[in-house]
Amino acid sequence: MGTELNKHKKLKLSKAKLSDYSWGYLMIAPTILGLIVLNIWPLIQTFYLSFQSSAGFGITQFVGLDNYKKLIGDPEVLSATINTFKYTLVVVPAGVFLSLIIAVLLNTNIRGKSLYRTIYFLPMVAAPAAIAMVWKWLFMSDFGLINLIFKGVGLPAVNWLTSGGTALFAVIVVGIWSSLGFNMIILLAGLQEIPTTFYEAADIDGAGPVSKFFKITLPLVSPTMFFVVITTLIGSLQVFDYIYMMIYKTNAALGSVQSLVYLFYDYSFIQLNKGYGSAIIVWLFIIIMVITAIQLKLQKKWVHYD
Amino acid sequence: MKKSLKKLVAMTVCSLMLSTALTGCGTKTSTSGSSTSTSAPVTLTYSIWDTNQEPGMKAMADAFTKKNPNIKVKVEVTPWDQYWTKLEAAGTGGALPDVFWMHTNNFDKYSSANMLLDLTDKIKASSDVKLSNFPTPLVDLFVNTGKNYGLPKDYDTVGLWYNKDLFDKAKIAYPDSTWDWAKFLDAAQKLTDKSKGIYGYTANLDTQQGYYDFVYQNNGTILSDDKKTSGYSLPATKEAIQFYVDLSLKYKVSPTQAQFDGGMNGGDMLKSGKVAMGTYGSWMVADFKAAAQKDTSLHLGLAALPKGKTNATIYNGLGNVVAHNSKHAEEAWKFVEYMGTQEANVIQANSGAAIPAFKDVDKGWTEATKEFDLSAYPAMLPISHIFAYSKSKPTWEPLETKYLKDAFYGKTTVSDACDKLAKDMNAALATEK
Repeated sequence: MGTELNKHKKLKLSKAKLSDYSWGYLMIAPTILGLIVLNIWPLIQTFYLSFQSSAGFGITQFVGLDNYKKLIGDPEVLSATINTFKYTLVVVPAGVFLSLIIAVLLNTNIRGKSLYRTIYFLPMVAAPAAIAMVWKWLFMSDFGLINLIFKGVGLPAVNWLTSGGTALFAVIVVGIWSSLGFNMIILLAGLQEIPTTFYEAADIDGAGPVSKFFKITLPLVSPTMFFVVITTLIGSLQVFDYIYMMIYKTNAALGSVQSLVYLFYDYSFIQLNKGYGSAIIVWLFIIIMVITAIQLKLQKKWVHYD
Repeated sequence: MKKSLKKLVAMTVCSLMLSTALTGCGTKTSTSGSSTSTSAPVTLTYSIWDTNQEPGMKAMADAFTKKNPNIKVKVEVTPWDQYWTKLEAAGTGGALPDVFWMHTNNFDKYSSANMLLDLTDKIKASSDVKLSNFPTPLVDLFVNTGKNYGLPKDYDTVGLWYNKDLFDKAKIAYPDSTWDWAKFLDAAQKLTDKSKGIYGYTANLDTQQGYYDFVYQNNGTILSDDKKTSGYSLPATKEAIQFYVDLSLKYKVSPTQAQFDGGMNGGDMLKSGKVAMGTYGSWMVADFKAAAQKDTSLHLGLAALPKGKTNATIYNGLGNVVAHNSKHAEEAWKFVEYMGTQEANVIQANSGAAIPAFKDVDKGWTEATKEFDLSAYPAMLPISHIFAYSKSKPTWEPLETKYLKDAFYGKTTVSDACDKLAKDMNAALATEK
C-alpha cells in the first residue's frame, strides 16, 4: 500500500516536471540547433578529414595516419607550436593582469569613470581587420608613427614587422591591446560583486590599498579571473587574424610568428591540402583540451568560491 | 488566463527565433523561372576578380542583354586574394557562378574535377564563334584532354613603365629597343637618389611582374616544357634571380623586400614619383590611367622590357568558362559565345579593360587610353613566354615565396634558396599524373 502511494506521487511529479522540461528544451532548441550544425558537426567532419587526403571540391581519399605521421616530423609545425605558446605565455598573464588593474582603477569613484570605461571598451567594437590595419601602419618601418617618434627622441628606428625578434612582439602588443576591453568589463562586473563590508572591515583594521588588493580583491574576484584566464588562453592559442593581416607571406620573419591556426589556413585554403590542415587543427584542439583540463584541476588551488 | 497568454507569447517568440535561425541558411544562387522556357527572364551571375575591368565587363553584358532581352547578367567582383577560396567553396557546395573567369593557375584543377562545362560541341555548332579568331596558344590554355572548356577572353604581357620627368631631370634617354640589362642597371643607378627618397626601380618579390621576366631573358626557365622538372636548378635561372635580388641588396637601386613588407608599395611609389621605373602587367593600365587623370603632373611612359641574352616577357590569358552544373547552361553559353565575338571584343578593347584575345582587335585597346602609348604591350606578344603553370601549381607556387624570401632578405644565397625550391617543386610535380 505504501509503495503504491509513492508510485502515484512519483507519476504526478513527473507530469509537471515533464511539462517544465519540455518547455526548457524548446527554449534552448534554437541555440543548440545552431551549435550542432555550425560547431559540433564541422568539428566531427574535421576529425574525419584529418584522416583523408583532399584533392579539392570535397573529393577525399582515406590515408589513415599519414597526415599525423607527417605532422610529427614537420619542423614548421613544431615552430608554429612554439610561436603559439610564446604568444600565449605573454598575452595571457600581461593581458589579464593589465585588465585587472584597469578594472580596479575604474571601480573607484574617479571623475569621468563612464568615459574611461567606454574608451577602454571601444577596441572590442572595431573589427579585427581594421585594428590590424591601423597597427600595421603604426609599425611601418619607414613611415610608421612609432618609428617617427623613436627617431624624434633620438632612438634608432626598428623594423618591427620584418625582423624575426620584433615581429612576434608587435603581434603580441596588438593582441594584448585588443583584449583589454572585454576582460576589463568582465572583471569589473566581478569586482562589483564584492561586498563593500569587507573593505570597510579592512579599513577599520588599518589595511593599506596594496594589502586590501592582495588579501580581499584578488581572492574574491578569482572566480571571474578564472573565466577571463580560460577564455583569453583559448583565444590566444587560436591567434590568426592579426598575423595574417600584419605579416605578409613575403616577409622572412613569418617563420618566427606564424601560429598553428595560420598554418592550418595556409595548408587548407592556399595549398588546398585540407587533410593536412585538419590534422594540424586537431593537434591544436588536443593542446587546448589538455591545457583547459589542467586549468580545471588547478582551479581548486587558487579559485575561492564562497 | 494569464498563464495561457504567457504560453502564447512564449510560443510566438520561440517560433520567430527558429524561423530567423533557419532563413539565414539559404544559398546565394540566382533565382529565376524554369530553365527550359526561353521567354522566362533569366539572371546569370558572372564572377570576376578585377574591379578595374568591371566597367568593361558590364558594357559587354549590357550589349548582350540588348540582343537577348530576357537574359540579364550580374557582374560580381571578388578580389583576387579571396576569389579562388570562394570559388572552391562554391564548387564543393555545388553553387558555382554561371559564368566566371578562369586563370591558367587553376584551369587544370577545375577542368579535371569536371567543374566546367565542356564547350567543344557548342563551339563547333556555333555560327558566331570560331576558334581561328584567337591565337592558338591562347585557345590551348583552356583545352584539357582534347576538349575546350573555355573561350579566350584576353591576354596580358609585362612591360617597363617609367617616369618621364625623372628621366628628363637626370638627362637620360627614355628606355628603347637598345636597352639591355647593363643599360637598365646604369639608368637605375643614375636615377636613384637616396637623399630625396627616390629609387631607380622596384625589385620586389614578384613572379609574373618580377623575376620571371628576367629569368626568360637570360634563357632560363621556371618549368621544363614537359612540366616534369623545375627550372630553378638551372644556372641560367639562378643567375637571373641573382641579378634581380642584387638590384635591391647589392646595387641598391630598389627598396629591399624588408622595406616592402614594412609598408612600402611599388605601385604607389610609381604613381607618386618616388621611383623611376617599374615592371607591370597590362592589367594595371586602368589603375595608372586613373592616377594620371587625377594627378596631371604625373607623366608615365611604357616601353618593352630590356633585353637580357634575349628579348622576353611573360604572357598569360584569361578565359570565360561556364559552371558544369549551371541552372541556365544554355543562356550561360550564349553569353560566353557573345563574349567571343568581334563585336564584344571591340567593346572590351574600347573600355581599356584588358587586351582582347580576338585577333587584330588590340589596336582599339591601345587607342582607348590617350594618356599613354601602350603599343609596347601587344608588340611583345611574339617574344613572350607563358606564365608557368601545371596541375600542382597551388602546391609549388607558395614554395617560391617560402624559399626565395630568405634570399631577398639576404639570409641565404640565391643558389641555396633555388636548390631547396627546386627539390620541393620537383616533388610536387612528381605527384601529377
